[in-house]
Formats: sequence, C-alpha cells, structure tokens
Amino acid sequence: MSDLLVKLALAGIVFFGVLNLAGLHTWLERKQSAILQDRIGANRASILGFRVMGLFHPLADAVKMFTKEDIVPAGADRVLHTLAPFFSVFFALAAFAAIPFGDRLIWGDRVIELQVANIDVALLYVFAMLSLGVYGVILAGFASRNNYALLGGLRATAQMISYEIALGIAIIGVVMVYGTMDLQQIVRGQGHNFGGWLPGWGIVVQPVAFFVFVTAALAETKRIPFDLPEGESEIIGYFVEYSGMKFGMFFLTDFLETIMVACLATTLFFGGWQVPYLLPDGFHFPWGQSVSVSHLTYVVLGVSSFSTKVLVFCWLFMQIRWTLPRFRYDQLMRLGWLGLFPIAVANVLLTALVLAFFDKGSSWR
Amino acid sequence: MAVKVLRRRELSFWEKLYLPAILAGLKITSAHLFRNLFLHAAHAAGVLRHHRAAATFQYPEEPRPLEPRFRSRHRLTVREEGTPRCVGCMLCETVCPARCITIVAGEHPDPNVEKYPIRFDIDLGVCVYCGYCVEVCPEDAIRMDTGILDIAAYSRDEMKLDIHELMDPGLRKPLGECKLRFPHECRLAGGQLTGDWDEVYK
Repeated sequence: MSDLLVKLALAGIVFFGVLNLAGLHTWLERKQSAILQDRIGANRASILGFRVMGLFHPLADAVKMFTKEDIVPAGADRVLHTLAPFFSVFFALAAFAAIPFGDRLIWGDRVIELQVANIDVALLYVFAMLSLGVYGVILAGFASRNNYALLGGLRATAQMISYEIALGIAIIGVVMVYGTMDLQQIVRGQGHNFGGWLPGWGIVVQPVAFFVFVTAALAETKRIPFDLPEGESEIIGYFVEYSGMKFGMFFLTDFLETIMVACLATTLFFGGWQVPYLLPDGFHFPWGQSVSVSHLTYVVLGVSSFSTKVLVFCWLFMQIRWTLPRFRYDQLMRLGWLGLFPIAVANVLLTALVLAFFDKGSSWR
Repeated sequence: MAVKVLRRRELSFWEKLYLPAILAGLKITSAHLFRNLFLHAAHAAGVLRHHRAAATFQYPEEPRPLEPRFRSRHRLTVREEGTPRCVGCMLCETVCPARCITIVAGEHPDPNVEKYPIRFDIDLGVCVYCGYCVEVCPEDAIRMDTGILDIAAYSRDEMKLDIHELMDPGLRKPLGECKLRFPHECRLAGGQLTGDWDEVYK
C-alpha cells in the first residue's frame, strides 16, 4: 500500500514538473524568440497590474483554449477526431515514467528509486511510447475529413518513421557501451571518470551518436527546422481542423516531446543525474581533495543536476528552433536516409569493433 | 546568342556537414540573446538605460521619437495678441491635392490686417499629409509639428478639425458650442467655448 503511495507521489512529482515545464515552454518560446530577435515579447497579460515578465500569458492561453468553441468538422469521424489529441498527449506523457531523475533515495528503511517505473528495458519502453505518438498524428489527419490534414498527417508519419530508424540505431551504440537497456543503469554507468578527471558521460564515449540522436530527435518533435508536418506559416498541417483545447493538446505534445528529447539526451549522453566528481559519499576532486556530503544533499544535488541539464537542453532546442530555417521535404528525407542513417550504422559498427578488440573487461560497465 | 552556363559552386565537405554553419548561426542568435538578456537585467537594476535592449517601443507608454521634419497633425500659428496668423489667402486650400481644407475668409477687426479666417476646417479623413499647405503658406500660419499621431475617431465627422482645434492642439472632441464674434477669442477665453460657427458666418 505504502509502495503504491510512493509510486503515486513520484508520478505526481514527475507529471507536475513536466506539465508545468511544458506550460512554461509557451512563455519561453515567446520570450526567448523575442529577446534573441531584439524584441520584447508578450508582456501585456496582467493580474491586478502585475505583469511578471509576461508569465501570465500561459495562464491566459489556457483560459482561452478551454473557453474556445470546440469544432468537429461535418462528416469527420467524431470518435477518432476526439481521440487523436488524447493519444498524442497520453503517449508523450507516459514516456516520462521511465526517465530516472535522481539516484536512489534512502528514507528510513525504504529505498526509493527516483524513477516512476523501474523497467529493465526502459529505453525500449520510451521508444515504444514515442513511436505510438505517431498514431495521434495520423489519426488527426485521417479523422478530420480534410485532404490537406490527411496529407499533413502522412508527411508527419513518413518523417517520424524515417527518423525513428536513425534515432534507434544511434542509441544502439550507447546501449552497447553500457551493456544495458535500463536507463537507471546507463546513468550509473556514466559515473566513472576517464583518467581521473574527464566524466565518463555518453557524449565522451559516443559523440557521433549524440549528434545523430539530437538531430533525429529534433525531427521527432516536429518543430522547426523539421516542422514540415505542420508548417505553421505556409503549409497546412495535420491539425488544421482542431480548435480549442484539442488544438492545445497537440501544441502541448510538441513541447512535451521537446522536454522528452531533452530528458533522453541528458540521460543517455550527459550523465543524467550525475554530478561531476560526486560519488554517493561526497565529492572526490581529481586534485585529491574530498568533500563529504550527506545522503539527502547527494540526492538533491543529483535531481538538480538532472533538472539543470534538461533545462539547458530545452534552451538549446529553443535556440535551434529560432535560428534555423525549415528543410525542404526532399532535403529532410535525404538527411534522414542518406545522412543520419549511414552515420548511425557506421557508428554502431565502429563501436562494436572497438568494444570487441580494445575493451576487454571495460571499467565503466 | 552564346549561352552562358552558370554552375553553382560545389559545396565543400566542411559545408556539406551543416554543423559548422548551424553552430555559426547559433553563435549569432546566442550573442543577441545574451547581450539583450544582460541589458534587460541591467535595466531592471537601473543602469545602462541609454543602451536599448530591444528595438521595440512600448508605444502608448513610450512614444516613438519623431524626426524634426516629421509631418504630424496640423496646427494654426497665432500672433502675439492671439489672433491667427492666417490671412485667408486661400493658397493652402488651392494647393491641397486632397482638397481637405475649407476656408471662409472675413473682415479682420484690425484694419492693418486684410482678412481673417472665419472658418478654417481640415478634414483629416481626407488629408494625405503631403505638407504642401505648410510649404505654400506665405504667413507661416499653418504648421505640421504638433507631434500628434493618435488620430482616430468613430465617425467621419469626428475626423474634421475646426479652427478651435487647429489653434489649440490640446483640444479634443467633442467641442462645446462657440458663439463668439471672432473665433480666436475662444482661445483667449481659456478654452471656454461658447459660440456657433454658422451664426458667425451668416
């Protein structure tokens, strides 16, 4: 019973954090784009005269979304049309269950893994959830009874499936190096240092996989420079026929996927909750100094390390989104199939060779 | 005719990688972001205010600076004793390409001054802000230097300015009634308008 409560509390914390971060992304998107383009950005929504840098705009958005008329086009499939946004949000949210956001917390005689679901094949689970997200998109295009929406849905599906292959193969390199699909174990495996000072994070052992992963994962999020499925300003996307909160859910899904990609990049390539030189009993600096920290401090440092890295990635993805122009569709397919896919395969082969010939009994497994 | 074939330069391997170009782009946008963030933070702390952090002017609170030659809403200049400089010569009405000026000239009480505009109306809904009326005026009686830009109204009638508003740019519709013999006296009466144009004209 109390186990269940602990799990519920963990799920609550994760969903609270993730959903709020997704809401804040609307603010971040407006403000960051404005400031990097020498503008000011949304700052007019006020409560009792307080504006707080436009932070009330997400609230105003939510009120607007919920009070808007919800239109189902005549002749559209009512059930599927309603189901599609729920599919999108559900699978995007469910994927977060497998992300470890901290080391195990020992509370009295209870050991709590800071991860909603300790799945042995967490990586497969996350990828399954991300792949299932495609169904929301194709259903939205299919159920709208709008040919343009259908075409948008097809574009999105083709893009997501193409890039999932590069994404999956890029990950294989990491899985080979750490020898596990358990994300918590992968993060633990990144706790060793090379030569005593270089943190053994995934980016150090698998730099090529990192670039392939981030590129393919950005394509999965369907945002600029890979926003051909929706193409806000020019082309008609799969959710043209959605209004109100159903549209809001697709909007939210984009941000949730961005956060998901940030979490995955952190977990797989940037040491997850690892803090450089911090072991469970304290800091061990390469110059020989040691600072011991209490267990609670250690866990809090880990969680904040994870959050900081995720936020930095969110910032980076937002920056990329507002820096690059959109790909053309043939360029997109060419990049996916002729660029990322061979590179990822070559990376896997190279990793396999290195592991087979030079890495007898590796130290970081 | 000889055909000249233009070939696009082949991209080098370094350029085909995309990554260097992407990083260069990120460098530019990040430089803007952090510079502006720093300036915003400095403004919040009350320093470096003369460096703008954004090109935006927060319009109603922060009016945009106008160039000295900027043509804004018209005004009629006045003499020291308060009568309008306009002598009712009709040059501006004649030159106006939009025909938005209506002048009715009358006898001036001062015999040294020939005429006097009993009525001087400008229809801003028609005006094209070309500034010819200012250029043509021999008496420097009309200028477009009030700096008033927020000209908006709910009806065409409200877009018509009469001599009261032209002589005193501070006045705003609705105006009271004016029954004074000489319109400029309204202005001398401290904005207490009691009178009627059409009566004076008759």
